[in-house]
Amino acid sequence: MSQQDNSRQDDLVRLSAAEMADKIRNKQVSSRELVEAELKVIESAEPSIQAFLHISKDEALAQADAFDKKHASGDTEGLPELAGVPIAIKDMIVTKGIETTAASKILEGWVPPYDATVITKIKAAGMPILGKTNLDEFAQGSSTEHSAYTTTHNPWDTERVPGGSGGGSASAVASFEAPVALGTDTGGSIRQPGALTGTVGVKPTYGGVSRFGAIAMASSLDQIGPVSRTVLDAALLHELIGGYDEHDSTSIPKPLPSIVKAAREGQKMDLKGVKVGLIKEISGEGFQPGVQARFDEALKALQNMGAEVVEVSCPHLSYALGAYYIIMPSEVSSNLARYDGMRYGLRVMPPTGTDQTAANMMAATREAGFGDEVKRRIILGTYALSAGYYDAWYGSAQKVRTLIIRDYENAFKQCDVLVSPTSPSTAFKFGEKMDDPLTMYLEDVATIPANLAGVPAMSIPAGLSDDGLPVGFQFFAPQMRDDLMYKPAAALEAALDQARGGPMLQSLKTPWLESLAK
Amino acid sequence: MMWIMPTFTREEIEHLGDLARIALTDEEVTRMQGQLNVIADAIAKVQEVASDDIPPTANPVPLEAYMRPDVAVTPLTQEQALADAPATEDGMFVAPRIMGEE
Repeated sequence: MSQQDNSRQDDLVRLSAAEMADKIRNKQVSSRELVEAELKVIESAEPSIQAFLHISKDEALAQADAFDKKHASGDTEGLPELAGVPIAIKDMIVTKGIETTAASKILEGWVPPYDATVITKIKAAGMPILGKTNLDEFAQGSSTEHSAYTTTHNPWDTERVPGGSGGGSASAVASFEAPVALGTDTGGSIRQPGALTGTVGVKPTYGGVSRFGAIAMASSLDQIGPVSRTVLDAALLHELIGGYDEHDSTSIPKPLPSIVKAAREGQKMDLKGVKVGLIKEISGEGFQPGVQARFDEALKALQNMGAEVVEVSCPHLSYALGAYYIIMPSEVSSNLARYDGMRYGLRVMPPTGTDQTAANMMAATREAGFGDEVKRRIILGTYALSAGYYDAWYGSAQKVRTLIIRDYENAFKQCDVLVSPTSPSTAFKFGEKMDDPLTMYLEDVATIPANLAGVPAMSIPAGLSDDGLPVGFQFFAPQMRDDLMYKPAAALEAALDQARGGPMLQSLKTPWLESLAK
Repeated sequence: MMWIMPTFTREEIEHLGDLARIALTDEEVTRMQGQLNVIADAIAKVQEVASDDIPPTANPVPLEAYMRPDVAVTPLTQEQALADAPATEDGMFVAPRIMGEE
């Protein structure tokens, strides 16, 4: 291929999803050309990034061709704005006919017989699926090191983790392997990797996006959401996947708020009348100075655009980590009971000399099929739910959950959105926290409260810390008012881009793209 | 309510492994014992504020129960449902025997 063609592809993959969609609508580029360009980047980047567990090249090209054909015949009227734009999917979301493993050995080779509701919507929108991205096994972890298959690297420093559990989706989007991706967020698995990779990650209101076909981890906390490079792209994807679904009994039977409109409004950089609450319990102590510095500057930028900043207190947030590490493992122990070697997934028979019974087969299968972190959480959850301990542990955690919801309700009486740093530290080195689970759990101290309270939250890049690594800025909004956080998030993004002279990802060194342009 | 400060003994972890149907190795039990006791210390304090007058929350976004329309849909075929099974016979899942030798 000529040099000119290659440099054009380099430019193509750096576009936002919204820009790609514009070019598709204006017939300057086809969906197939976009898919081919991304597949080239994936081929070039994967040896150093390893964001994907499975690349669905043939399916993506077929989906692109089908869309292009429809588009050529003028039959794409009424399709969502992102129609034809390629996407990557966290391997925690089931895709009919494409292997789905949750990064666990227990599901190795499993080909789901159905699509998650969000996948049905993605397919109906003509968005080609590039592949399935890596994660901590069953989305349990904060570094993606607990994947049973591969270690995903942070494109900002490939000696460091991309965060987790959705490190694959975040790294894929940051390294331009995909313009957008889907993730799942149970305690921060979309937002914390967003912070560590310099991308945008959104956890919608609990019940705002269907969980049908999201592999269940902790059902009262799990939420599917968008991963992107811009706030507007996240908004476009959020509206596309959101809304009521009769297949999910916790789906909210109401229309979504106008999220895209709010993001566009925010781009005007006028925040007069917006009240921003600084949560004093999630800031300062325990946060790296470089993280705190970028956070403080971003807060100032919000004020400069007319936002009023007030300090609010959520006194029970200091109990959030404890409540989370009781409720989540309890639900994990229950949800993961389905992996019993009977109907699908791995089956390991007990060793000879042991009774060859169903119960022993289950124990042998689960011992062989689950990794350390998953086992630890199942055991902890089994304990928290056992007779004699249930009231003291699970019962207390559920009460703390009520207190945290009340804290948020009180805080939102004083302001429209709440803010905090997304993560206490920037990306850490491989192995640094693997032998100390509690230190790893503390990574999510700022993100967990949103899952407990069911409120929407998002992380956007706030700049680079002194160590040259990305810092995330987190917004929270009241339940079912996801639109309220998109406006200041888009405004902050625009202000920071303006001050910097372009998006933060412009400064990311991308040798995998340069080798393509050669 | 009684405050419970757990200490995980080897026997307890082995018992939990049996309940959860995971054949933990001795080495795993040893490692888990240290880790679980550190984690338990950090989370036990939820009991501090969980007084009797606070109602528990199971679903953070409570919804009213409602009836869905009764619409017939096509479920997975038997073939699809069995496609990824470890063992099948005559359109059924094959499982190891349920009872022990005795």
